[in-house]
Amino acid sequence: MPVKVTTENFEEEVLKSDVPVIVDFWAQWCRPCLMLGPIIEEIAEDYDGKIKVAKVNVDEQGELANRFRISSIPTVMLFKDGSPASQVIGLLRKDDLIKRLGI
Amino acid sequence: MTDVLVVGGGPAGVSAAIYLKRYRKDASIVMKDRGTLGTAGTIENYYGFPEPIDAADLFDLGIKQAKNMDIPVYEEEVLNIESSLSGDFTVKTTEGNHKARAVLLATGSNRARLRIEGFNTYEGKGISHCAVCDGFIYRDKQIGIVGSEKYMAEEFDVLKNFSDKITVFTNGDELAVDVDAETIVGEPLTKITGDEKIRAVHTEKGSHDVDALFIATGTPSATDFALKMGAFVEKNHIVVDDDFMTNIPGLFAAGDCIGGWLQISKAVYDGGMAATAINKYLRQKKQ
Repeated sequence: MPVKVTTENFEEEVLKSDVPVIVDFWAQWCRPCLMLGPIIEEIAEDYDGKIKVAKVNVDEQGELANRFRISSIPTVMLFKDGSPASQVIGLLRKDDLIKRLGI
Repeated sequence: MTDVLVVGGGPAGVSAAIYLKRYRKDASIVMKDRGTLGTAGTIENYYGFPEPIDAADLFDLGIKQAKNMDIPVYEEEVLNIESSLSGDFTVKTTEGNHKARAVLLATGSNRARLRIEGFNTYEGKGISHCAVCDGFIYRDKQIGIVGSEKYMAEEFDVLKNFSDKITVFTNGDELAVDVDAETIVGEPLTKITGDEKIRAVHTEKGSHDVDALFIATGTPSATDFALKMGAFVEKNHIVVDDDFMTNIPGLFAAGDCIGGWLQISKAVYDGGMAATAINKYLRQKKQ
């Protein structure tokens, strides 16, 4: 299951994570984000234990969205060892998303 | 409620409507202009026409053929398409709303682009094609929107929910709609500048600081609709399965907007095949 990330737990859950973290920046009103949700969850299941999946609601977490200069959602970022390794903007199919993130 | 609303009146859209009619489905066409065929000049490689045919004439003949078969053709501009939980669709046009059980996108491949320096650089870095997707991110920020017609006004209304600081750039065109914008800039755009994100839009007369620039020129493309609805789009083409259906049940696409060979013959093929698949879909939906 994806972890809900806020400014409070971002460091703990994402930056200090032992495994790479996929962070999904999304919002309830964004149709493409809602379509991407289940795809991200599938990836979480496929890579159970090897990759963590986190979700940032940009409505509630404007500070995080600003910090990573999110200009369009959905944006998916892959964090490795505490820093962003790759970023994908827009709705993609599962295989393409995995490839473009470089998982 | 009609069975199928076909958006686009070119070879793919008209062919789909004709075959849907044969399957005894109510199909209507909504179209705005002749699209690619309106500017293609003459066609010399289409089967059965030994002399070059005028592309615009061929388009008009297709519309005439549809009308002769009692297929309603609405000359309206589509502004928005919404899918409901029941799986039906509401298509909002400049004239009102149409409801349909399935929608076929067949509007060709034109997507609004600005041929100015910086456009490609800042696409996705502050340049957006979708107010409802990205507007929120620019809450209370300085927003620019390019366009002068009804689609611009539609996107402007969405952006108005997020910020009062909106500048309309008509890019040299006359403003055809009333919008309550903070600033209206009428000169043509010359370039877009920024750092890692867009910062300013320039015209011959000066520059305007922006945090985002929304593109809403002319008519929205099929790709724009698909993106907003959450359909997969790759390299500006709508992704469909073997049945010409997108990942949204009931939303189909055919012709140039799904990519492949950009030829009339292929669009006609797509239209016929999509009609067959839509007929099957509607039969199953009823059960």
